[in-house]
Amino acid sequence: MATVSLKGITKSFGKTEVIHGIDVDIRDGEFIVIVGPSGCGKSTLLRMVAGLETVTSGEVQIGGARVNDREPMDRDIAMVFQNYALYPHMSVYDNMAYGLKIAGTPKAEIAERVAEAATLLQLEDYLKRRPRELSGGQRQRVAMGRAIVRKPSVFLFDEPLSNLDAKLRVQMRLEIKQLQRRLGVTSLYVTHDQVEAMTLADRMIVMNAGRADQIGAPLEVYANPQTEFVAGFIGSPPMNFLPADMAHDAPPGAVKLGIRPEHLTLAQTGTAAKVIYTEALGAETLLHVDLANGTRATVRQDAIAPHPKEGETVHLAWDAGNRIFFDSEGQRC
Amino acid sequence: MEKRVTFKGIWLPLLLVLPQMLVTAVFFFYPAGQAIWQSLFIPDPFGLSMRYVGLGNFEYLLSNPYYRASFVTTAVFSILVTVLSMGVALYLAVLADRLIKGSGVYRTLLIWPYAVAPAVAGVLWLFMFNTRVGVVTWYLGVLGYDWNHVLNGEEAMGLVVVASAWGRISYNFLFFLAGLQAIPRSVIEAAAIDGARFWTRFRTIVWPLLSPTTFFLLVVNIVYAFFETFGVIHTITSGGPQQATTILVYKVYADGFVGQDLGSSAAQSVILLLIVGALTVLQFKYIERRVHY
Repeated sequence: MATVSLKGITKSFGKTEVIHGIDVDIRDGEFIVIVGPSGCGKSTLLRMVAGLETVTSGEVQIGGARVNDREPMDRDIAMVFQNYALYPHMSVYDNMAYGLKIAGTPKAEIAERVAEAATLLQLEDYLKRRPRELSGGQRQRVAMGRAIVRKPSVFLFDEPLSNLDAKLRVQMRLEIKQLQRRLGVTSLYVTHDQVEAMTLADRMIVMNAGRADQIGAPLEVYANPQTEFVAGFIGSPPMNFLPADMAHDAPPGAVKLGIRPEHLTLAQTGTAAKVIYTEALGAETLLHVDLANGTRATVRQDAIAPHPKEGETVHLAWDAGNRIFFDSEGQRC
Repeated sequence: MEKRVTFKGIWLPLLLVLPQMLVTAVFFFYPAGQAIWQSLFIPDPFGLSMRYVGLGNFEYLLSNPYYRASFVTTAVFSILVTVLSMGVALYLAVLADRLIKGSGVYRTLLIWPYAVAPAVAGVLWLFMFNTRVGVVTWYLGVLGYDWNHVLNGEEAMGLVVVASAWGRISYNFLFFLAGLQAIPRSVIEAAAIDGARFWTRFRTIVWPLLSPTTFFLLVVNIVYAFFETFGVIHTITSGGPQQATTILVYKVYADGFVGQDLGSSAAQSVILLLIVGALTVLQFKYIERRVHY
């Protein structure tokens, strides 16, 4: 159990700076999700915490101590990789026991701890198998088991679910969450999937092009995105961006008006829009409409509500409390 | 799915495989048959008459201490060449695998010796170790060591081993490097996080994962040391001194073309043929297993 602090972390590859200063203090036992599109530097950030990449400037602290110059093995961390990185020539048991064996843990204790982790992850029947004889979900569990048995003070997850199919991903997501709650280990979790971020995180770090655009609890980030990027990235379908002059009371400097699809309602009067196509998803129906000025917007409706047909003209209304303005820099205003 | 072509007649397919069959017949079946046939006779030195002796040539060979000594020489030579060339290649490959800048240049330079023909490589090393004008010999002399592989059998063996292994390092290096780079980086990183330092990682992760490559190279290098080192030995020592470097394949040549004992030479060829056969079977079995793996 430990806190993790990143203080002004930057990273350059050659002359190209890819991470431009990240500051965050992570509480003991907190589940932090680093989310962002590919190439935003989220994996690099995680690898710097792990010690697999050097830190160009700034300081990584684990449990209050500076660890910049420590080898990965001396940081008391465990990492779950995207491709699981299991040792292909070892049995599941040996995969999980590897770290303990190297640490010189007595055999009886190794057996006990591996058995404990195997029970927790429902892997008891697979301990003698090789990784290639396991399904994707089972391999994922072995990778988790390997992290758990060492009882590290920090877990690092690098897109651990992206190689699984959609259904399994939802299931494993829940398992990871439960496991983390149960063990109470400080965790950093990298993903590009905003749904994973929303569901797993105590707090999330939304990264964009090497910067942390916003750090906060998922619902807080959802309700109050600080930048246009965060507003568009978190939430599915994404937030609508309309020209700011559609609102009469737009603050000076505002160029865009952001409204979530669920906050757009159909009304008798208001902004006219033409329905281009509808997507009935079962529980909800999405209307994709074009405004008179050519802007495309999405309206989220309950499936049971009567919804207009494609080609019809509708009128949109929204509540002033649910809109957000952004300036030309993409910053909230 | 395998694509199969169906021919209507028998003549076109026959015509298509004919070149291959001809090559195999002319360069393998005919000489091999000839060798087996000749191994049953003792011809006179002028090739005018042949006397049938049955398996006499083989009996004589297997009871001949020189021939048995040649087996030992071959074993020592092959093991040394294989271990030396694979060991150095693995070491260089591990270094190159860690290299980030300039690895292209490094690799290219390391591959060059492979392009040098064995006989040329032999002459090269002979120049350096020549007992009178060799550079290395001179420096060894400065250090107080009197190098003379013409008289000293062990030094002769050392020299042909080094000269044979040298060109082979490139080939092994390529395979080892490819093998190392096929190991996922994340597996190595996982081991590093698990607490394994470089040497532990190498012993417990890299080496086991590299073993298919190692086994393949082991077979290929033994075959090389057995048969393809003729040029090196011929140019450097001609099998001497006192047969200290006469490996089996060189003895076939020495007994047949120098000693003019064609029957014995043919019998030795047949024995070598059996050894090649065994090694090839081993290799094929292995390669097939690899395909399924």
